Amino acid sequence: MRIAIASGKGGTGKTFVSTNLFAVAEKEFHNVTLVDCDAEEPNVSEFINGKTISTEIIKQHLPVIDKEACVYCGKCRHWCNYNAIICLPDNKQIYLIEDLCHDCGACLAACQYNAITEIEKRLGTVSVKQCSNHSRTIEARLDIGVYSPISVIKAALNKAQDTEIMLIDSPPGISCSFIATIVPADFIVLVTEPTPFGLNDLKLSVETLEQLKKTFGVVVNRTGLGDDRVYDWLEEKQIPLLMKIPFDKNIARIYSQSRLLVREDPSYAIHFLNLLKAIEGLCKK
Amino acid sequence: MQKINEISILSGKGGTGKTSLAAALATLQKNTVVADCDVDAANLYLILEPEDYRTEKYISGHKAVINYDICIQCGLCKEYCRFNAIERMTEPDYPKGKITIVETSCDGCWLCSRICSVNAIDMAPCDKSYWSTGNYQYGKMIHARLAPGEENSGKLVNVVREQARITAKESGAQNIIIDGPPGTGCAAIASITGADKVVVVTEPTGTGLHDMKRILELAGRFQVKKYVVINKSDLNPDMTDCIRSWCEKEDIPVIGNLPFDPRMVHAMVACKSITEWAPGSEISTVIKEIHRFLSRVQKT
Repeated sequence: MRIAIASGKGGTGKTFVSTNLFAVAEKEFHNVTLVDCDAEEPNVSEFINGKTISTEIIKQHLPVIDKEACVYCGKCRHWCNYNAIICLPDNKQIYLIEDLCHDCGACLAACQYNAITEIEKRLGTVSVKQCSNHSRTIEARLDIGVYSPISVIKAALNKAQDTEIMLIDSPPGISCSFIATIVPADFIVLVTEPTPFGLNDLKLSVETLEQLKKTFGVVVNRTGLGDDRVYDWLEEKQIPLLMKIPFDKNIARIYSQSRLLVREDPSYAIHFLNLLKAIEGLCKK
Repeated sequence: MQKINEISILSGKGGTGKTSLAAALATLQKNTVVADCDVDAANLYLILEPEDYRTEKYISGHKAVINYDICIQCGLCKEYCRFNAIERMTEPDYPKGKITIVETSCDGCWLCSRICSVNAIDMAPCDKSYWSTGNYQYGKMIHARLAPGEENSGKLVNVVREQARITAKESGAQNIIIDGPPGTGCAAIASITGADKVVVVTEPTGTGLHDMKRILELAGRFQVKKYVVINKSDLNPDMTDCIRSWCEKEDIPVIGNLPFDPRMVHAMVACKSITEWAPGSEISTVIKEIHRFLSRVQKT
């Protein structure tokens, strides 16, 4: 079972839910993996300790243009849909703007003069940590200054195959990086908060998941702090409300100290276990 | 001519209060231009309620579409595609499987369409995204919506910022307030490039500190002045101290400590900024000081 924990709006509690779910899941199942796919700001390791067993450097290809062989025909520039190549035939100049390159291979295919070869450029890392003898975390971490987290996210997800329970901590938003994390998931938990911003972004996430025909449910975090519009909307749309977590300064304090709620408050261990069971039930439907 | 002062509000971590701060800064002075650069999950319009007078489509990219009347199922496109966006799907009448585009993986690079020997692949534009310019009570606002799953949010941020500059020049505005996205990727990079000041809103949590360091490291690669605002600073005073001492060591001014105040949420529910909703509150007083500080014209 692969469960992604996502939200349109940032800071609603994705990592809070995914780390606490992980802590209850590792007691119930034999083989549990939490994949931190918020590669731009990975936070799972703030909450869960483990022994690093591997760190892989994720790279992309970058073209290198041999200026001796190049005839400055401009075909590679024309084929590059990301405007990563600048070619000035009159001055016999050709450059690559590294940050714009998507590693699609079009320039290589375009060049008829064998003037293009490839080198590798580092994008980030994927680290595997063993937490207990049957649970681990996998972290996708994008290097600072790198534009797209997609390759690092996909590499982390690939490492997580063959696991009984896979939890995926998704990046915020609804763009390509979010899509990369929910496509492999059997179920998506959308975490929101009962505020106009939370509801607005929840609607965007739901619209996206409906287009992709995904099964999902909602966790409302910090209840009591905003308004009730989210509950009316969920009822109207017949979307399962999986769990409500009240706004509580004590919960906020435990989170702020990078500790896990389910380990501090046994009643929440039960609540999160029930959440896991509810998801399991909905997946089987 | 006076230079326009571009102030970009970022955080790394989501939900620390970027938009609430941006809304307050946007409602303290007439003739302000606001650019909502969180194009993935734009929220500022809910508070500022702009009346849009211009809306334009934004083509975020293209997706490959196979014309099965022409396709000869040779599979050359599958060999070339580096995004694993072309697969052979099991289907009757197709002994080797039917060549199919996996839309969610297609990067829109056009390579398959260029190398196809029978020209069976078209590139369809993704045109569900848009940007708008509108009037709100205190000035003008540029905002955008990236359609679900689309790429190039950084490019759309560039479009929004360019429109903000044009609008500011036309209206003689001194300040552009940029409400940035979370993260450190293309949209965050595009929100920093060319800005005069970056304000990182953080919160006193382990994750708030971790994410603040990463976004400040990114901002450090640009010619931009960096400032920090600590939101909900009284929720964990030890962590607030930790953030302050780290900023001091790095020589980054902390220009405001905002206390936790449920009225921040009440204001949002009422579609008001905190400075409109509770002008006499401590939080509003601090935000007014932040506004004065950031609006000071930089003599260069």
